[in-house]
Formats: sequence, C-alpha cells, structure tokens
Amino acid sequence: MRSANLQLDENGRLRHFLTIEGLDQALLLHILDTAESFVGVGERAVKKVPLLRGKTIVNLFFEPSTRTRTTFELAAKRLSADLLTINVSASATSKGESLLDTMRNLEAMHCDMFVVRHATSGAAHFMARHVAPHVSVVNAGDGRHAHPTQAVLDMFTIRRAKGDFTSLRVAIVGDILHSRVARSQIHALTTLGAPEVRVIAPGTLLPSKVETLGVHVYHDLERGLKDVDVVIMLRLQRERMQSGLLPSEHEYFHFYGLTKERLRVARPDVIVMHPGPLNRGVEIDSDVADGAHSVILQQVTYGIAVRMAVMSLALGSHASGEGGEA
Amino acid sequence: MTLETAEITGLLEGMGAGLRELLARKGREAPLMVGIRTGGVWVAKRLHGQLDLETPLGELNINFYRDDFTRIGLHPQVQPSNLPFQVDARHILLVDDVLHTGRTIRAALNEIFDYGRPASVALAVLVDRSGRELPIQADVVGKRLDLGPGEHIKLTGPEPLMLQLQRAT
Repeated sequence: MRSANLQLDENGRLRHFLTIEGLDQALLLHILDTAESFVGVGERAVKKVPLLRGKTIVNLFFEPSTRTRTTFELAAKRLSADLLTINVSASATSKGESLLDTMRNLEAMHCDMFVVRHATSGAAHFMARHVAPHVSVVNAGDGRHAHPTQAVLDMFTIRRAKGDFTSLRVAIVGDILHSRVARSQIHALTTLGAPEVRVIAPGTLLPSKVETLGVHVYHDLERGLKDVDVVIMLRLQRERMQSGLLPSEHEYFHFYGLTKERLRVARPDVIVMHPGPLNRGVEIDSDVADGAHSVILQQVTYGIAVRMAVMSLALGSHASGEGGEA
Repeated sequence: MTLETAEITGLLEGMGAGLRELLARKGREAPLMVGIRTGGVWVAKRLHGQLDLETPLGELNINFYRDDFTRIGLHPQVQPSNLPFQVDARHILLVDDVLHTGRTIRAALNEIFDYGRPASVALAVLVDRSGRELPIQADVVGKRLDLGPGEHIKLTGPEPLMLQLQRAT
C-alpha cells in the first residue's frame, strides 16, 4: 500500500512520519533509542544542540492544540531549527485558500518540514504525497486516524518505566471510537510486541470490529483493569454527550472514571497515563492523576525528546549521501 | 599493521605520565576527564585509572554536534553523553582514540561549552595521525603516525584494545 511506504525513502529510512502502520519494530525501536539520547539535552545548562541549524520547520495547525504544538515548538528550538507556527483556522483558509495552495506558498519560502494537525483524516498523507521532494511531513494528529508522535512518546514512557514490552498487559480506557491516539497506540503496542492490549469502553465508544486490531474488548472497567501493568486513559470529548453516545458525564465517571479504589485490581506497580488535556472527575480522579502511579507529566517531558528524534531522523533522510569524515 | 595489546599498554602508560607532567607544569588541580564515545572512552577509562582521579569519568557523544548532518544525516546511536559533574571553572582532560581531521574535537569542544565554561581543556589522544583539516592539536600523544589519505587506523576494544591499519583499495 502506498500510504505505508510513503513514509520511507528507498533505503528504508524515515522520510515522513504519518502513521505507525507500516513501520516495523526495528524502526520504532530506532526512534525510541534516538529519543533516549535527546532526553539529556533538556536537562543541561544549555538545552540546545546545533543539529538542525539552518533548517526551517513550519507548524501548521488547522486545529487548536496546546501541548502538542508547544512540545513540537520546543523540540525544533532545542535542535536549533528556525520555526514558525501558523494557526491556520485564523488565517488564509478562512479566506478560502486550499491546503495545497497554503503548502505551495510555504514551500516557496524554502521550508524543510511541515508539522501538520488537521481535523480531516488523511490530511498529512495528502500533504506528503504532494510536497516538494526536499520537504518532510510530520503528522501531529489527523481526524480520527492517527497521532503517531503521541503514540511513540507513550511507548517511550512505558519503556522507561517497564524496561520492555514483551510481558506487558496494557489497558486503553475511554473513547476509542473517536481517538486517533488510541489507534496509533494500539499499532505501536502490537508492533513492539506487547502480548495483551485491552480496550475498555461502552459499546457506543468502540469502533465496530475493533478486535481485528488484535485487542481484547472489555465493557466493565474493573474486570478490564485486573492485573494490568499500564493504564492509558483517554480524554472524554464532551461534545460526545450532545451526540447522544453517552447519557451524562456523571454517569460516565460512575462506570468508567479511574479512581484509586478501581486501580487496586491492577498490578501494584501499574503506571497511569493520559495524553491530556485531563477532565478531572470525568475520566480520571485527581487522586489518581496526581498520585504515585501517574506518569502523566513525564509523558509531556518525554514528548519533547521523541519529537526531536522524529524531526532529526526525517530531516536526516535528505542527506546528500556524500561521505563525511570526522 | 596491527598494534597489539602490550604495545598499547606501553603507549597508555606514556600518556598517563604525560598527563601528570602537564598538570604539574600548568598547576592544574582536580581535573575532570571526559572521553569521546566510543573509542575515546576506552582509552579514557585506562588513563582515569592510572591518574587515580576521584571524580567519575565523563562520556561525550558528539553526534548532535557533527558538521556532516546535511551530508550523511543522523549517525547511528551510541550511548548518550553523560557528564556527571559541573564543568564550570574546572580543568578538563579530553580524551579520544585517534586525532585525524580535528572535526570530532571541534564538535566535542562545542558540546562541552554547552554544559558550562571550563577553566581549561587539554587534549590527549592515543594516535595522532596526519590529515588535519582544522587548527587543532593534542597536548599529550601516545603515538604519531604519518598516514596517507587512503589509510585508516582504527581502535577496537574494549578488551583487548588493538589498533589496526587499513588501506583503502
């Protein structure tokens, strides 16, 4: 399938980063290992390396975002790239400019990378198919489809806490149906060899045939959390209530909200993750979000290192190939 | 040509003596040793032991400071940099296996200065070979070799340490 290979150059190196699908375990591990060496950069006096000096990265956000946008910005700055962020909802498209025209104009400014977030599934793939040969595209979330850098930073957080994936039981809880994060996480976990991935949600918030992704389905939170090593909570998007998929926030919390008591059935060293932003008291209790098992803020910190890794690997694939000598 | 372990041990002892003499002559006390990954760390471990330094050995991975990113992209990862001390106002002994073009040392100096402002940096290398492209020189040298552009010397290790000369055909 073209969309899977579109991400790789002829040598199998990462050229665009659009989805976890079609990437093999070795490549995912390579991204994680690269990110590992960027973690220390954020802990130094000078939190910056000169790797992408002279490169221009454009953050193109057609959908609002705080965490993802700012961590991409910090990642680019810590690599010494020049960066601009364009919030397109407030810009040219409101005057009727097409995505392709926006892209052509930015290419004419000699940009090297687009980081794109869009409400339409496939937007990043579309850009990658039409972009100039020297430009890389990174998907920062497209519709319900994929959010691959979020999934990789989650895998990074899990590996840091647990060592590896081969004996892990992982539960993803909440609105799987509308979640691009969940989809990317499931692909990443299965590719990295996690033997048991569970999804826990009411039937109205699960995609049909979700089992074909290789996950076990639970509708009961306590049964689903039994003996898990990792719990990933998803944000409940409040607009779902209006569309009639859920009766009320209160009732959702009653059945699917993560509390200290419910977490007791999990493994004693369970870690609790959440991609943010948190709805405290809707999908997660403050006791848990701020508690000893929570790694939610570590996810944010590691997000910078992971995005640095993805940016430098993708831009490194454009190397001229002439031998270098140190 | 291959340099065997015994001969390398002799070179390392000479370097240790050279470093002691340098520190005494310049009046530099409590130095910090930093090896450049990967071969430089192997050499630095031996020298660190010889000098009985109390501070842990620092390790530098200069991949993010290389000048050939636009030509060959990101290098395969070795372990990340780890400087388990403050470098501000301290005397640094920088150690590498082979000094060739000088580009690795340029990158290492830039990285060290992103951790702070050392009082001084001295460079010790096991092999100082010809082919410099930058105005960089070593303060302590194990062995000098005059090699042609097609000749490469490589340190293998960590146990045993061996130097091997290869000629490109």
